[in-house]
Amino acid sequence: MARELIRLAEVSKNYRKGRELVRVLEGISLAIEEGDFVGLMGPSGSGKTTLLNLLGGLDKPTSGDVEVDGRNISNLSTGALAKWRASNIGFIFQFYNLLPVLTAARNVGLPLLLTSLSASQRKKHVNTALQLVGLADRAKHYPRELSGGQEQRVAIARAIVSDPPILLCDEPTGDLDRATADEIMSLLQRLNRDYGKTIVMVTHDPRAASFAHRVLHLDKGELGAAPEEIH
Amino acid sequence: MFGWLTQTAALAALNLRSLPRRPGTAAVAMSGIAALTGVFAGVLSMASGFEKTMDGTGRADVALVLRSGSTAELNSRFTGEQADVIRYAPGIARDAEGEPEVSAELFWIVNAVGKSSGTEANVALRGIQPTGYSLRKDYRLAEGREFTPGRFELVVGRGARSQFMGLEPGQTIRFGKTEWLVTGMFETGGSVFESELWCDVNVLQSAYQLGNGFQVVRARVDGADGRLQLEEALGDDQRLSVDVWSEKQFYSDQAEDTASLINNIGLPISILMGIGAVFAALNAMYASIAARARELATLRAVGFGSFPTALATLLESVVLAFLGGVLGCAIAWFALNGFQASTLASSFSQVVFNFAVTPDLLGRGIVAALIVGLVGGIFPAVRAATAQVTSALREL
Repeated sequence: MARELIRLAEVSKNYRKGRELVRVLEGISLAIEEGDFVGLMGPSGSGKTTLLNLLGGLDKPTSGDVEVDGRNISNLSTGALAKWRASNIGFIFQFYNLLPVLTAARNVGLPLLLTSLSASQRKKHVNTALQLVGLADRAKHYPRELSGGQEQRVAIARAIVSDPPILLCDEPTGDLDRATADEIMSLLQRLNRDYGKTIVMVTHDPRAASFAHRVLHLDKGELGAAPEEIH
Repeated sequence: MFGWLTQTAALAALNLRSLPRRPGTAAVAMSGIAALTGVFAGVLSMASGFEKTMDGTGRADVALVLRSGSTAELNSRFTGEQADVIRYAPGIARDAEGEPEVSAELFWIVNAVGKSSGTEANVALRGIQPTGYSLRKDYRLAEGREFTPGRFELVVGRGARSQFMGLEPGQTIRFGKTEWLVTGMFETGGSVFESELWCDVNVLQSAYQLGNGFQVVRARVDGADGRLQLEEALGDDQRLSVDVWSEKQFYSDQAEDTASLINNIGLPISILMGIGAVFAALNAMYASIAARARELATLRAVGFGSFPTALATLLESVVLAFLGGVLGCAIAWFALNGFQASTLASSFSQVVFNFAVTPDLLGRGIVAALIVGLVGGIFPAVRAATAQVTSALREL
């Protein structure tokens, strides 16, 4: 049986909007095992992205704990969280978020600037990541010279280049056509199956969700499905 | 330490690479800072050019004798008898014939029409004695001939000739009731004397009915303690009440007053422009981080820290300011260095001088630009570092 990699215990997240208190997440408890591929679905505004941000250390819960690989990240400082993200999390965004002034290779190599790797070692890692996503021949192309699917594959290469154990995907196929979306999902599936990446993916697309091992439904800040996952 | 330095360098390089995507805001910031630096360098170059002209005037071995309490030649006055007493006082050097090297002079103000302004301005018409030429450092007759003693003739300084009408050798010019023939043009190494017109002092006395009076006595002193000897001798003489100046010190003191005046007018203008330039830099940097909000958020999501993000934003602002500063300095250099102008000095006559854009002054201009870049970049840098990553990631 795989070990527990991510654990959320009674996590709530509130925002203040003027005088109004907005409760985005209410008492979420969840466990994700190493090597799992979890789809997170729900209507707009249900708190899916907020949950993903909490898992990725981009945001902190109002109450409750987020533990990753046995470490409680809820109380880490902003600087410590940034360091933690660099070695533990790969982000994949709906709109790829590539830097337009950098080539594909340089975009992919960005997270490696946060490591102590030498330039030649970084180059080797970048080539490996680009080969893995099938874009080794596009290394010197700028984002504007790539299709949407290619851009997303570059973004995936950037997410995996420093070999983080967890990939967090926010609508990774939301801006792509059906065929390209399937290619991207196959790639994510391969990263999960062959390379053991633990993936949590927010999506509205049931077809994309079907690639996940299991799908959780979030509605009005509460996890409503797969009761066996709720502690 | 290695970590944040590398991060800052990487982020700063990214910021600078993205500059061409924001040519408008970058150009506004740069031109604001260039204007500030240009004006700053312009004002300082005016003051430094004036000081250079005045400081280059006068010899340490020439004494200037003025009536006691006079701060300018214009308000000094001697009788002919008093001038003779000074002429034969101890401490004054003598020429090969044993005659004292002295020139008793008159400093008179006449009106001439400026070539660029077309309006009348005060010009110094100096009456000298024959020794007067050799008492001036670097004196050289550059064109024509010297005036003939006893005639209404004059020689003009190079600066005066270039700034005022009617002073070409061979031309005649009327001052008051008298018509003067310009016989030649002289140079004195760019000193203040080049702003003057020289004539025979006796002719000037008769032209303006000044009797046998003089205003200043110039004398080459004999040796290192010649001026002290002269000062003591004249101080002991009951027939005189005079001050003895080193000619060099006299002009240096005069330079300070006018240069301070130029700086006092120019620096507040520069400060106001500096405040404007800070806002231009602020605007450019806020626009920069707004345009790249999602990129910056992505970088921070990937693991880049807040501090390197702030530092890189600050660096971008400083680099923009530096480029603006270099542009401003280049404009000041090409437009102003050596540009000739004239201003009313404490002698109440126009002094012609060249703007001097010196390396030191350019350095000060660049420092001013960097300060503007630093101040203008601080708030945007804080915003870049503290912006909510989660909301910026959603921006389209």
